[in-house]
Amino acid sequence: MRRGSVPQDEAELIARVLAGQRDLFHELVLPYERSVYFAAYSVLRNEHDAEDVAQEAVLKALKNLASFRGEARFGTWLVSIAVNEARAQLRHNRVLRFQSMDAPAEDEESDFTPAVITDWREVPPEALERRELRQLLRSALESLPEMYREVLVLRDVQEYNIVETAAILSVSQGVVKTRLLRARLMMQKILAPQLRTKRGGGLFGLFKARAGASWF
Amino acid sequence: MVLNCRHVWKEISNYIDDSVSPELREAIEEHLAHCRHCAAVLDSTRNILYLIADERTFELPVGYSERLHTRLREEMAK
Repeated sequence: MRRGSVPQDEAELIARVLAGQRDLFHELVLPYERSVYFAAYSVLRNEHDAEDVAQEAVLKALKNLASFRGEARFGTWLVSIAVNEARAQLRHNRVLRFQSMDAPAEDEESDFTPAVITDWREVPPEALERRELRQLLRSALESLPEMYREVLVLRDVQEYNIVETAAILSVSQGVVKTRLLRARLMMQKILAPQLRTKRGGGLFGLFKARAGASWF
Repeated sequence: MVLNCRHVWKEISNYIDDSVSPELREAIEEHLAHCRHCAAVLDSTRNILYLIADERTFELPVGYSERLHTRLREEMAK
């Protein structure tokens, strides 16, 4: 299970931590560790920074646990802290590098076009044993603008639903859906031609030795 | 309801998430049955989403969880 199910006793666990059994906080964050890290990573695109921010977010959640009201799920609250910490870190990094902080304008009306291909042969999950395929997928995601990385990682990597994704990012469900459409089609546009080319004989010369090599 | 390719692309994400009306679903499927371009766009998009959801694609750094809990323990001991 990707995110872990919400334990029945999560509210009780929170109450016990607040009552002084602080060690139980370890157990409370355990199901969300992966989401916390990848939420930070989706913003920062850097393993080291993402891990630092993930740690800071968890410590911040511990510190502010008393202010968690239970209107949101604990998990979405925790992950939203990670997103906000990561964004603050990103702004800090940009200021240090004197880079522009202007986000690309979100144009709800503009069209988006996928890579139009005539056929598609499935890339099987076994192909993920190949490091270059995993790298190709990660690079494609990292090349998207921030707002699309965030939504794609939460929805399609960590598999939060639309409502949860909207809650984590503090945007409407409509905004999540619009960004998700763009993000998914951008991924398709970047990846579909590359994955097809590879199958045909080796974009990077890696598969040249094997005529008509497939992904596995 | 007759859809062109652009209409289908615009709805493809909602279609994948199964959040379109039955009428729209039917119209999309009618289009897909006759348009191999859009069928390939749908198949490739779904395939890519399946691959990025696989935990092998996005792996946690080795030792991440241990370091996180060590840090937490240190903080609690303060």
